[in-house]
Parts: sequence; C-alpha cells; structure tokens
Amino acid sequence: MVDIVRRYPGQLAKPAFQRRAGMRQFVRRRTTIAFLMCLPLIVIVAGLIIYPALYSIFLATLNKAQTRFLGLGNFSYLLSRDTFWMVIEQSAIFALTAVFFKALIGLVTAHLVNNLPSKGQRKWRGMLLVPWVIPLALSTLGWWWLFDPTHSAFNWLIRGFGGTDVPWLSDPYWARFSVILVNVWYGAPFFLIMYLAALKSVPEQLYEAAQIDGANAWQRFLHITLPMMQNIIAITVLFSLIVTFANFDIVQIMTAGGPRNMTHVFATYAFLLGIRSGDLPLGAAVSLFMFPILAVSAVFILRGVRKRGREIG
Amino acid sequence: MPRSTISRRNLLRTTALAAAAAVSAPYVRHSYAAGKLALGVWDHWVPGANNTLTKLCNEWGEKNKVEVSIDYITSQGDKDLLTASAEAQARAGHDIMSHRAWQIQVHRNVLEPVDDVIKALVAKAGPISPVSEYLAKHEGKWFGIPTTVGSQVKPCCSRMDLYKQHCGIDLTAIFPANDNRDPKLVDTWTWDLYLKSAEQLFKAGFPIGLPMGQTSDAIDSTGAMFRAFGSVMIDEKDNLKVDSNETRAALEYFKKLMPFNPPEVYAWDDAGNNRWLISGKGAGIQNPPSAWAVAKRDNPQVAAQCWTHDMPRGPAGRFVGQLPFFYGIWSFSQNKAAAKDLLQFLSEKEQSRQLVAASSGYDLPSFKSYYDFDTWQKVEPPSGTVYNYPPRGDEQPTITGYPARPDIATQIYNQSLHTIMVAKVCQGNEPIDRVVKWAQNELEGLLRT
Repeated sequence: MVDIVRRYPGQLAKPAFQRRAGMRQFVRRRTTIAFLMCLPLIVIVAGLIIYPALYSIFLATLNKAQTRFLGLGNFSYLLSRDTFWMVIEQSAIFALTAVFFKALIGLVTAHLVNNLPSKGQRKWRGMLLVPWVIPLALSTLGWWWLFDPTHSAFNWLIRGFGGTDVPWLSDPYWARFSVILVNVWYGAPFFLIMYLAALKSVPEQLYEAAQIDGANAWQRFLHITLPMMQNIIAITVLFSLIVTFANFDIVQIMTAGGPRNMTHVFATYAFLLGIRSGDLPLGAAVSLFMFPILAVSAVFILRGVRKRGREIG
Repeated sequence: MPRSTISRRNLLRTTALAAAAAVSAPYVRHSYAAGKLALGVWDHWVPGANNTLTKLCNEWGEKNKVEVSIDYITSQGDKDLLTASAEAQARAGHDIMSHRAWQIQVHRNVLEPVDDVIKALVAKAGPISPVSEYLAKHEGKWFGIPTTVGSQVKPCCSRMDLYKQHCGIDLTAIFPANDNRDPKLVDTWTWDLYLKSAEQLFKAGFPIGLPMGQTSDAIDSTGAMFRAFGSVMIDEKDNLKVDSNETRAALEYFKKLMPFNPPEVYAWDDAGNNRWLISGKGAGIQNPPSAWAVAKRDNPQVAAQCWTHDMPRGPAGRFVGQLPFFYGIWSFSQNKAAAKDLLQFLSEKEQSRQLVAASSGYDLPSFKSYYDFDTWQKVEPPSGTVYNYPPRGDEQPTITGYPARPDIATQIYNQSLHTIMVAKVCQGNEPIDRVVKWAQNELEGLLRT
C-alpha cells in the first residue's frame, strides 16, 4: 500500500523556508566564513604553487624531449655526477652559513635596537629594514658593481689604503664569500624584525625578578630571553632556510654559478640545465632535490616548536 | 533606358557566392590574406637598430595587408630564452620568435619546418654558413632561418698602435681593409705569435683580455682556440675524443697564455672584455665590433686605434667563433604562410643590407654573398676598422661543441666545459690529466639517452 501524502499550500512553504534558514545558518557558521574568506588564497596557492609543484614532479620523470617516462632516471643520473654533488655541497654551505649569520646578526641587532630609547627606535628600525625592502635584483646589481671584477669600488678603497685588490668574484672562494655576504645583508633585517617583536613580548617582570635574584645580563639572556624566543627563532630559521636554499637572484646576477661552477646553488644549476641547456626535465629534477632536504628540516623544527608549545601550555 | 538583366534568381546566386568567398577568405593561408603576425624579436643593443627592423616589417605588412606587431625581448637575464621556453610549453604566444644559436634544436619539436624558405633564399643568395646549417637543420629539415639581426662572429679586436709599438706587428698590413691580403703575411699570424705578443703587451702594461667565465664570449673564443689545435670533445658519432694529444696541447698553450691576462678574466661576463678594451687598459680582445662601437661613443681615442681582424692560425687551421641567431615559426602559429613570406623578405639581400647598416656592421648575415655590403668598409674611425669582421680569408667559422650532435653540443656549450677546463688548469692549478678525466666524466654524462 502506498501512503499518499496530501500537500497543502501552507505546508509547502515550510520546507523552503527551512532550506533558506539552513543556508543562512551554514553561511553564518564561523568555519564556513573562514573557508570562504580563504578561498581566493586557496585558489591562488593551488594554481600558482600546488599545480606547478605537481607538474614539475611529473616533468622530472620525463626524458629531455618530454616524450618518454623515465621514472627516477633523472634523479639517479644527477646523483652519479660529480658536478651535481658539488652543487649540493655548495647549496648547503650557502644556505647554512647565510642563515647562521643572518640569525646571529639579527639577534645582536634586535637587542641593540630594543635597548635604544623608544623615541629614536622607530628611525633605526626603519633604516635597518631598508635592505629587505629594496627589490633584491636591484640591490644585487648594486653589490655586483661594488664587487666588479675589474673596476670594483671596494678594491678602489682598499688600494686607497695601500692594500692590494681582492678577487671578489674571480676567485671561487672569494666569490662564495661575496654571494653569502650579499644574502646575509639582504636577509638579516627579516631576523631583526622578528626577534625584535619576540623581545618586546617577553614580560618585563621576568627580568625584574631575575635581577632581584642577582642574575647578570648574560644569565638573563640565557635563562629568560633565549627560552622565550626559542619558537620564534626556530620558525624564522626554518622560513629563512627555505628561502635561502631556493635563492636564485643573488648567485645568478653576481657569478652565474662561476668561476668553475663553484658558486652554483640548486636554483641556478636548475636554470642552467633546464633553460640554457634546454633540458627542462633535468632542470626540474635539480630543483626538486631541495624538497626532501627542506621537508626533513621543516618536520624537525616544527616538531620542536609544537613540543615547546605543549610545555608552555 | 536599358533594362536591368538581374533576376531574383541571379541576385540570390551572386549573393550566396560572395558570402561563401567572404567566409572562406580568412582561412586562405596566403600572405595577401588579411591577418595578423606577432613577432618576438631579440632587442638589439645598438640604438636605432630595432627601428630599421620595425620599418621593414611595417613596409611588408602594408604591402601584404598583414598586421604585424613586434615585441623586442632583451637577452639580458636570458629573458628571450625564458619567453621562448614558456611559449613552447604553453603552445601559445607569438607566431615568430628569434632564437639564439642552440635554441632551434631545443625547440625543434614545436617549430615549423622552413625548407621552402631556405630553398628560395639559397637559390638567390648562395650557400648558408655551415655553422647555421649545423644549428638549424635536423634530419634533413630546416627548423630555423638564419637572421641578420644579432648574428655575429668573434674575431680579434686589437689596438693597432700597441701592437705596433710593443710587438712590432702592423695589423693593418697583415689584414688590410681590402681584398689584397698578402698570404705570406697572413700565415705569420699564428697562436705562437699571439702568445709572444701577449707576453710583450703584458710586460708593457697593456695585457690582452680573454674572458674565461661561463658566458658566450668566453665560450665562443675558447672553443675556436681548442678547434685550432684540433681538439674535439665528442665526434658526430658520439665517440668521446676529449682525451687526446690535441686537447693536451691546447691546455698546455692556455697554461702559457693565461698568465698574460688580467686575473679577473675568470669572472668576466660578456661585457667584461668590452670594458677592458674601452678603458684603454687592454691591447686586444675577441669580440664583434660592439666594443669598438661603444668605445667610439665613450672613448674615441681608443676606438680610433681598434682594428678588427682574423683569429690566429693553429696546427689545425684558423677558426673563429660564430654565433648565429635564427627566426623560428611556432608550429602552433595561426598564420604560417604569412610568417614564411615575411621571413623570406627580411632575409633578402636588400633588407639585410639595411639591417647591417643599422647595426653599424655588428650584424653578420649567414650568406657569404652578403659580405660585400659597404657598411664594413665605410664605418670609422679608423677607416676600414671592421672590414675584416666578416671571415674573408682562410678563417673558418665554428661553434663550441661542434662536431658533436647538436643535442649533445648544446650541453657542452652551455655548461662551458671548455672554459672550465682552462680555468681548472690555469686558475686552479689542477694537473692536465685530471682535468681531461673530469671532462671525460662530464661528457659521458651528456651522452645519456
């Protein structure tokens, strides 16, 4: 037997109203609003980061003409080349040295600026941020002129003081030093501003209590400032490590990987193989080598941050 | 009054035919059909040179009812390479792109064969430079048309006053600005004499400047020098040939020559050697007449003493680095027939003459029959300074990486294996045997399938 439900006009209006109310409720839900507001960003990230990343993984599995699937062939080929091992070593030296000095300089400068009287502090903060604000390609060109192999302004000064020319870009080791120096100059203000923000969030009472207990400045730094800043330091280092490992502009403009390939980093070597030599899949494979290195460091650093967060919580 | 003969049936038939013709007209692949052509062209460094190309394209466009638009793309920061790579991947963009030397081989899978244009040009202008043929031909098909714009060779550009004063060599007598060369005198200009004069000039405080970095000036001239010693990296049948007496002889020669260069040559880019000559500190470089042209503007006294002439001869011959540019038509172009017509027009002798004149003789067409343009005789100072820029005697154009398959040679070239070998020996003081072994290992890698 079939139940026949009679519908009256009044009864029909109710479900429609309920649907509208449900929709309104759905839209009013905080998570939905959050999702909708993030949607443009999600679309941008998917279109400009996730899709290219997946495409480059696909590309890295093809042969030079992009007609045959090689699997991990490009990766195993790269690992069999001495030059590529040199690029790995140089990328590690470049990134680790630069991040270490950026962190150190950032920490020292943040302390100095934090201890300045608040009246003049804003000016110093602004001035110290300048290297980070200038477009990197432009500032690197400026540095290139300072280091110019034949007409270096630094060498002109050194000669003025009776010294001899320094082969800033023509000697491989000086060239490594120069590109790291420019990276530190560019990146240190980011650390400075992050550390300064962290310093300002440390409660003053902790220092007062420590002072009453007789702690000196070094002890206060070691036992109060540093533990309170640990998470910020870890996240800043991670972020900077990612950006520095992927750096392209500085090395490409200043040395293009030379002399003798001894300043190439992953990005410039990928450009050399992928664009200049026309082997896009091999270039993509080089750039993907950064991924596992950075993923592993991200896991360790973020695990530390979470652990400390739980301890504090 | 005559009565009209147009019936209703006739009118309908005529209208239908006219409509059909109008609809089908845009699909006719003929340059006379109205249509559009977009060009992505190398941005010339010589002021005004782009204007001549634009003028020629517009002239052709107006005559053929084709709307031509041109984007000039700089090679600074390899932006031209990036644009071409992006368009090749996206299968969209301009109809015609200019490509530097190796890029035709890189993109040949998405380029339209242009044998018909080449055939027509060769019938009129004679043979094309073997280097251009090597770079643009694959399995018997041409995929690029050598351009006048941007194409160049890199012979010696020397200070004739310094060579005369410190070495007793009169370069204008060996390489006069006319066709009456004395073969015996030309024969004296060898790499041995070059070495001897380099030492004398170094002692006089005016060293020569051979770039030994990883950019094209360094790669082109170093490759030509290796070739003059008979050194080959990989032959056309994929045989490794780098481990040879010829390679060792070339490296031994560089070991003697490089100390007479300024130490910073290992970091020079393509402008480094130009600046060296223009500053008045250097006695000679290997370059197209761009250094001379800039000196003419910035340091006229130096320009007045510059003389462009042949490379020295080595045991295997006299070689000069050539770097041709090409136009390629994308296979996804919507107007291929018009593109071919335009490129044929631009490559003809009269148009090439105007383009060479606009570049003050910097651009070098790939047809030897075009070397009689009067620009190379006219530009000065000094009179006849670039007459010997086009290879006129026994000088053979070559490209670094030749005779390996272009697929392999492009990597030898772009990964700068020649200059790195020289730098390892001369700057890094590595033993020649170890450097040859290193090169062998790199080359084995390049041969992977």
